Amino acid sequence: MTLLASSATEHRGLTMTLFGVFVLATLVITVWAGRQNRSAADFYAGGRGFTGFQNGLAISGDYMSAASFLGIAGLIALNGYDGFLYSIGFLVAWLVALLLIAEPLRNSGRFTMADVLAFRMRQRPVRTAAGVSTIVVSIFYLLAQMVGAGALVALLLGVTGDGAKRWTILAVGALMIIYVVIGGMKGTTWVQIVKAVLLIVGAALMTVLVLAKYHFNPSELLGAAASASGKGTAFLEPGLKYGATDTSKLDFISLGIALVLGTAGLPHILVRFYTVPTAKTARKSVLWAIGIIGVFYLMTLALGFGAAALVGRSGMVAVEGKTPSGNTAAPLLAEQLGGGAGSTGGAIMLAVISAVAFATILAVVAGLTLASSASFAHDLYANVIRRGKVSEKEEVLSAKWAAVAIGAVSIVLSLYAGKLSTAALVALAFAVAASANLPTLLYSLFWKRFTTAGAVSSVYAGLISSVVLVIFSPVLSGTPKSLFPDVDFHWFPLENPGLVSIPIGFLAGWLGTLLSPERPDPAKYAELEVRSLTGLGAH
Amino acid sequence: MDSPPIATSPTEVQLIDESEEFRTLRRSFRSFAFPVTIGFVLWYLLYVLLSCYAPGLMGTKVIGHVNLALVLGLLQFATTFAIAAWYARYADRRIDPVATAIREAHGAVVHAPRESAE
Repeated sequence: MTLLASSATEHRGLTMTLFGVFVLATLVITVWAGRQNRSAADFYAGGRGFTGFQNGLAISGDYMSAASFLGIAGLIALNGYDGFLYSIGFLVAWLVALLLIAEPLRNSGRFTMADVLAFRMRQRPVRTAAGVSTIVVSIFYLLAQMVGAGALVALLLGVTGDGAKRWTILAVGALMIIYVVIGGMKGTTWVQIVKAVLLIVGAALMTVLVLAKYHFNPSELLGAAASASGKGTAFLEPGLKYGATDTSKLDFISLGIALVLGTAGLPHILVRFYTVPTAKTARKSVLWAIGIIGVFYLMTLALGFGAAALVGRSGMVAVEGKTPSGNTAAPLLAEQLGGGAGSTGGAIMLAVISAVAFATILAVVAGLTLASSASFAHDLYANVIRRGKVSEKEEVLSAKWAAVAIGAVSIVLSLYAGKLSTAALVALAFAVAASANLPTLLYSLFWKRFTTAGAVSSVYAGLISSVVLVIFSPVLSGTPKSLFPDVDFHWFPLENPGLVSIPIGFLAGWLGTLLSPERPDPAKYAELEVRSLTGLGAH
Repeated sequence: MDSPPIATSPTEVQLIDESEEFRTLRRSFRSFAFPVTIGFVLWYLLYVLLSCYAPGLMGTKVIGHVNLALVLGLLQFATTFAIAAWYARYADRRIDPVATAIREAHGAVVHAPRESAE
């Protein structure tokens, strides 16, 4: 009765072949890119030689994770309209990056977020804080992707048991380390570009096939989804997922704010702005990214409602068990569109979309590993531990070792974090980015009076408050769905800490500045201001 | 020190910072970026609040099965695209020419330290 599992075994060979082709192609690219890497700027920033369009595709590749492809399509398929709310927050967020962050960051930094934060501050405390928060955000995000990958492969390949999950996590981890260590930023960027094109083409193909079934009339598709859901028009209205109680509404507002403010503070997104030659190209890359990501999220709308109409909750329950996450909605829809379970067309479509999903995960984890190891090497090792007395070669070598170490840590954590929900981990990463990184970036760039004490308090207060609130939230304890369902030490009612931790981050930066006796250096601020707006003296 | 100082005395950068030209540039940038950011964040919050607290209103049918919630959601996409395009145009006309002029006027004095590999 499990239509996916039965045909999964039939199409497994095809999926593995397609996936093997992707891995082989990206490894060739990686080795080719690695041979051209000479300087630190090559390793961290891909030689700053990408065009706006290329970087726009790579940004989209970094951003459209499995959580957005499989996750949002699944949320829409299960909860109707409320799944769509996610994608809107994810898209609108890009305006913050476009208007306030991308260009000044490109002009005033070199390789990492901390370059901008530490520009006019005391280097060691600020770089330590920024490095810690970069690594924490990236590891949460990495865990989300790798745990998701483990669960997914079991479903898509029809393999059951923890062994398969473990091997998947190990393989994904090993590949991401290879991409980063050998290819550096140039290799990783090309992997993102290939993945983004595959994802867009795959989603577009499915969207056209779904719409064709409903005479290219979106209203007809919505009607079919609503009636198949068994919930009628309520399926097309907000409220099915987040509207249950006052707490769940507040939780959603908290999530929405973190999504909108978090994107422009995600380290693996920020480092992408350094891969282009000028601020104007950084702007162009964000413009391309907004277009690509926007169109992609519009397509997930068709995929989600298409899966609701053609696969239905029952189809997902059959494969995923009683409480489906929806992660299989898109692959199952692909199988339906190809001709249904058991048909050759269905098997081919399922294999293609499964391979695209793997490619998606692999590319995103590589980007995360690169951003966090770059911050470790450039901020913590070179500038804090060695106090800047380190050669470029040594620094890049330490970045490669850091990639191995961070990769190993996330593999081990993922093996034990199997029960954590992917959505909760991604939400936490966005909340930390919005609470710790964004306030500090904005103050550094636009507030003359801002000081080292302000920067350090803002980063740590945002980081600690969001992590602590999650520890004492229903995510960890107190409900049957918690990580530790048998104990209850939760006192914070919301699963998303942003509503509280983001104001704490902003407030701490302001108070830290006002309460410290330190005087800001007006000459350094003038330099930052001139450089960030004109590019004078930019790298 | 990671960010190598611009190869000039700080006072020179401060002079640029205080010049009429640079002030105009800063004003053009901030008078666009700050209010527009506040605007789209409020517009997004309005949409989120309506989704949470006015589901009845959001369920109003517009055409066929398309309801107000969906229209407002798609409108968020439309405004995001529109603001991005608006900023691209504004930056081309009001920010880039001034920034380039300042960079060219002082590029000779303020030598930009390019990385060796570039």
